[in-house]
Order: sequence, then structure tokens, then C-alpha cells
Amino acid sequence: MNEPAPAERIAIRSHNDIVTARHAAREHSARLGFGRAYQTRLATAVSELTRNVIQYAGEGSCLIEEHADEDGCSIRVSVEDHGPGIPDLALALADGFSTSGGLGAGLPGTRRLVDHFQISSEPGLTRVVISIRKAR
Amino acid sequence: MKIPILRLGRILLASIQEDLTDTEAMQFQSDLVNEVAEIEALGVAVDITALDVVDSYMARVINDTASMVRLLGAEVVICGVQPFVAMTLIEMGRDLIGADCTFNLDQGLEQLKTRIASRGDIRFAGDEDE
Ligand SMILES: Nc1ncnc2c1ncn2[C@@H]1O[C@H](COP(=O)(O)OP(=O)(O)O)[C@@H](O)[C@H]1O
Ligand SMILES: [Mg+2]
Repeated sequence: MNEPAPAERIAIRSHNDIVTARHAAREHSARLGFGRAYQTRLATAVSELTRNVIQYAGEGSCLIEEHADEDGCSIRVSVEDHGPGIPDLALALADGFSTSGGLGAGLPGTRRLVDHFQISSEPGLTRVVISIRKAR
Repeated sequence: MKIPILRLGRILLASIQEDLTDTEAMQFQSDLVNEVAEIEALGVAVDITALDVVDSYMARVINDTASMVRLLGAEVVICGVQPFVAMTLIEMGRDLIGADCTFNLDQGLEQLKTRIASRGDIRFAGDEDE
């Protein structure tokens, strides 16, 4: 298998791409030396966010970037789409809130799994940026 | 990919061997529920040792499948939840998985056997003739 590049963009257009994206998240975090707990957290978070893209926006993209410096290393994942957007972010981030009859655990769960979580949304652009960090 | 469902008397064993797409997960759910109804299974063990990511969608499929199987009248156990999967699920939100779990398939079968017996069905499902 090829080594993943330090940055990788994955188009999210179908259910298969959710699987591809979560595998890629795991590979990148394993390559930077994150332990299995972190690999699993990041892969799960990416799975949630990319599923939201498919479910609520139809399609979008997932960008995975590795960073390393003398203090440590981190992985940043940006998931974005050009769908309808989220009208009420506070509501969407509340446990159990879902407009699709889902568990409503995706966004709040993701926020708890990662070290950094940032979300912005307006009609036509929803972007979630997450990262995990490890000291050297 | 189709997940094989093995039959052991009136017990069904399903072992998920690789990461599933959402569509495959739903297919598995309906295959398993249909099979339970068809053979009037007494118990079902689902082995998820090979799943290294269980997100809220998959958790829901697992829970719903377990509830459906119970509604039909069979006992169900989920076997082999990986430690990192368990940690992640709890961090994401409590109670994402509500079904009964065991460490592995062996223990799962033991537990099914006990539960089936305590329901008053004293046949060990595995010894029963076809
Ligand atoms: N990319 C997105 N575009 C539009 N709406 C979204 C998006 N992601 C999440 N949402 C909204 O936020 C709600 C909560 O999302 P989430 O926490 O993942 O739970 P669930 O997917 O189970 O509903 C969704 O029901 C949906 O209304
Ligand atoms: Mg979701």
C-alpha cells in the first residue's frame, strides 16, 4: 500500500467515501505515531462528519493534513459541503438533536472526541475543522 | 459484501469481518432479522471484533437490530466490542449501545444458552437435530 501523503483530499459523494475517509484518518494518525485510542477517536469523528455531508448536503470534501514541529504533531481534518447549512448551530450541537430521526450524537460526540473543534455554517457553506494533538 | 450468518441448531451466529458501509449495515440488519424469523431462532450472537470504528450510525444499527431480534422472541448478544471502540462510544455519549455484550463469541454462546434455558426452553439449541 502507498504511504499516504502529508495532506490528502477525499471527495465525499457516496457511502463508500465515508469508509475511505475514516480509513485515511486512521492511517494518517497511525503514521504520525498517535496511539490506537486517538486513531479510533479521529476515525470515528471523521465518519460522523462525512456521513453528515452525505446525509444533509449530498456531497462535499474531507481534507486531512498532518503537521509536525519540534513541540509535537497534530492532524487537522476539514470537512465541508455546499449544502443548505445548519440554521441553529447551538441546537445542532446539543445531545440528541436530529432533523433526520438519527441519534443526534454526531456533532456533540465529535466535539468531545477531539482536541479542537470549530464549526461554521451558512446556506451554501458548512465547514467543520477538527484536530488532535500530541506533544513530543 | 454479504455477511455470512451461520446456523447452529436454533442459534444464529453472525461475524462481521470488515468495516461496513451504511448500506451493507442495513442489508445485514434485514438479512439477520429475516433469518431469525424464518428459523424461529432462540438466540443470536453478533461478533463485531473486527469493527475498529463504531460511530453513532453503526451503534444505532446494532441497537435496532438487537431490539428487532428481541421483539421477534429471540435472545441476542453482541460479542467482541474492541476496547478503543468502547472508550470512544462512551466519550461520544452514554448509552449509545444498549444491547448485552460479551468479550467473545464463546462467552456469547454460553450466555445465550443460559438465557434460553432460564426462559424455560431447556433444549440446548446447539444439540438439536435439524
Ligand atoms: N453538513 C450539514 N449540513 C446541514 N445540516 C447538518 C449538517 N451536519 C449536521 N446537520 C444538522 O445537525 C443535526 C445534528 O447532527 P448530528 O449531531 O450528526 O446528528 P444526526 O446526524 O444523528 O441527526 C442534523 O440532524 C442536521 O439537522
Ligand atoms: Mg450525524
